[in-house]
Amino acid sequence: MQTLGMPHGTLSLFYIFHFYLFGLIGVISALLFVTRKSPVAAALWLVSTMFCLAAMYILLDAQFIGAVQVLVYAGAIMVVFLFVIMLLNLGQGEGIDVRGVGWKIVAGAIGLGILAQVFALTRAKTPVNLTLPQGYAAEQVAQHGAVAPIAAPLFNEYLLAFEVTSILLLAAIVGAVLLGKQKEARDVA
Amino acid sequence: MITTLDVTVPAQLTLALVPDLVLMGGAMILLVWSALRPESDAHQRSVGVASIILAGITMVLVLAWANRYDAGPGPIAVDNFRWLVDIIVLLGTVFAIALSMDDNMRNGIRAAESHVLILLASSGMMLLAGARDLIIVFLGIELMSVAVYALAGLNRRSERSAEGALKYFLLGAFSTAFLLYGIALVYGATGTTNLQLIGGRVAMFALAGSPLLVAGVALMLIGFGFKVALVPFHMWAPDVYDGAPSAVTAYMAASVKAAAFAAFIRVWLEAFPYSYSAWHGALAGLAIITMIVGNAIGLQQRNIKRLLAYSSIAHAGYLMVAIAAASFQGSSAMLFYLLVYTLATFGAFAVVVALTRDGQEAVMIEDLTGLWSVRPWLAFAMAVLMLALLGFPIFGGAGFFAKWYVLEAALQAPVPQTTLAIVLVLTTVVSAGYYLYVVMVMFMRARPDGMPAPERAGGLTRMVLAITVVLILVLGVVPNGVANLARAGRPRIDVDPTLTTLPRRISTAPPDTAPRVADARAAEPNR
Repeated sequence: MQTLGMPHGTLSLFYIFHFYLFGLIGVISALLFVTRKSPVAAALWLVSTMFCLAAMYILLDAQFIGAVQVLVYAGAIMVVFLFVIMLLNLGQGEGIDVRGVGWKIVAGAIGLGILAQVFALTRAKTPVNLTLPQGYAAEQVAQHGAVAPIAAPLFNEYLLAFEVTSILLLAAIVGAVLLGKQKEARDVA
Repeated sequence: MITTLDVTVPAQLTLALVPDLVLMGGAMILLVWSALRPESDAHQRSVGVASIILAGITMVLVLAWANRYDAGPGPIAVDNFRWLVDIIVLLGTVFAIALSMDDNMRNGIRAAESHVLILLASSGMMLLAGARDLIIVFLGIELMSVAVYALAGLNRRSERSAEGALKYFLLGAFSTAFLLYGIALVYGATGTTNLQLIGGRVAMFALAGSPLLVAGVALMLIGFGFKVALVPFHMWAPDVYDGAPSAVTAYMAASVKAAAFAAFIRVWLEAFPYSYSAWHGALAGLAIITMIVGNAIGLQQRNIKRLLAYSSIAHAGYLMVAIAAASFQGSSAMLFYLLVYTLATFGAFAVVVALTRDGQEAVMIEDLTGLWSVRPWLAFAMAVLMLALLGFPIFGGAGFFAKWYVLEAALQAPVPQTTLAIVLVLTTVVSAGYYLYVVMVMFMRARPDGMPAPERAGGLTRMVLAITVVLILVLGVVPNGVANLARAGRPRIDVDPTLTTLPRRISTAPPDTAPRVADARAAEPNR
């Protein structure tokens, strides 16, 4: 959201409205995601949560991250989830909840812990030297487009990290193929 | 003649990374070669030999680079600490590949790619040794772990191997989330992922007490705790170590731990020296319970691989003492300890490989009964290795000096770690209960009639055993040369409290696309 022209510390009604709208939908979807018994329904609620997160990124002037969020999480990763559910035939066992009460209590406690931590962290003061001026991201996007401010550090400062990621993906592929292939060899033998 | 590199310039960064790049590139060539021919024992062995040669070439390059280059601030360190960790890692790589060539034959694993995965994991470890940026630390840990997850499940015939691999993968992924969240919070607190800049900014802006930074450090401690198997986060280790093929277990117990500890101590010494009070208590507490619990549970083990798993947990506790010392002496003591620990662990697992019979699931301590009478050299080697892990003088070779240097570092630390030193000594005495029991069973009990003598071990297994035992014994008599090397191998940490931004020569983009913090501040918002 462009905050140019706005006095500091205030946000437009438009921004606030959308923040609460997507926040509410996101939180409700996430709750439905963890409480559904059917894996397919749960996965679809997760898609809805992912979309709301993408909207949040766009409200934060991170349009590129928002688009990637939709493409990668709501798109690719969720498709993989659904494939796994389909291949394992999990849709059949609807109504059976394998999660015990103890598990739910522990998960709830961890969730509350993270929530408390987020609240505590919003109270943290960052030294003024380390904070960017308000509206800086919007200004960058306006000047250079949404992708360039991410591409420039990625291919300069973090070039090494970018290249190492490719080796990491190669190792993951080799590992997956190795484990998959060997079982076949055993079945034949 | 030492050339100082500026690792913020891509060409010079490449030069600083040549040994790592040779290993990665060679691994890729070997990957193609291993896939070109159909699987067979012979092909598996020839790829293994080529992998050992590649690791050897990398080691020569590391030695050649060691006295030639030096570097200023940047994402990669060029210092003796990095080179020594590289040597320890590559030594482990050679041992792991040699052992797995024999072990694969025995388990009927013909996948030549397993050696390539070890090489890829080692390249991740080499990155960790030099990583000076939290993103590189994270990627190094992931590269290492992802390859090892697959290696842990290599033996598809064994259910325990599959169970261990899955457990390792799930808990590893879980711990990665902690590490990554911690990194994100540290970035949030300091605005940078570069270790030196974090150190500098924490000092300059008095961030040590910032809740963001403290939470980030705590989460990173948990993440590293999982990777090196510290006590509350150790649950995965015994099952995974037990299920994985022995050669891979040795690699996990020794090299993975060595690389993770190298990154651990560098992050803590370079990025968080000014938040000492924030992390020291937690770190010392983890060290104490790790030493106590690891040794106490080790006493009850009868399966040798599980015994070695708990022993490796206990050793993680001893290594934590070196980190808690928070000094260069601590990092040097850690280097020496990691070398000896790597040698002893690979030796001990070589014995396990030598003792495993076809189709046998686990090697129990009872299988060692009276080993002295049927395989005297194997029994002798195992005795030396057990005494080395115990830290026994002379007969345990360098194991004694390894513990001695850690104790010395703890007691001479800027803030002396007396409690930790006492716990270290006491738990070492407790650990004698299981290390010496193994020795006792081999030498002082008669071998029951009808118990078959173990088959003659493969040539490579015997080679690994001979090298590790001889090195441990030699280092036990003349530790000074290597100890001096370890002393010289301190991280070149120049935490400069005024260093808060890196030179940005690297940038070819318009200067304002990627803001420098100071610039951003200068461009006062006035709209």
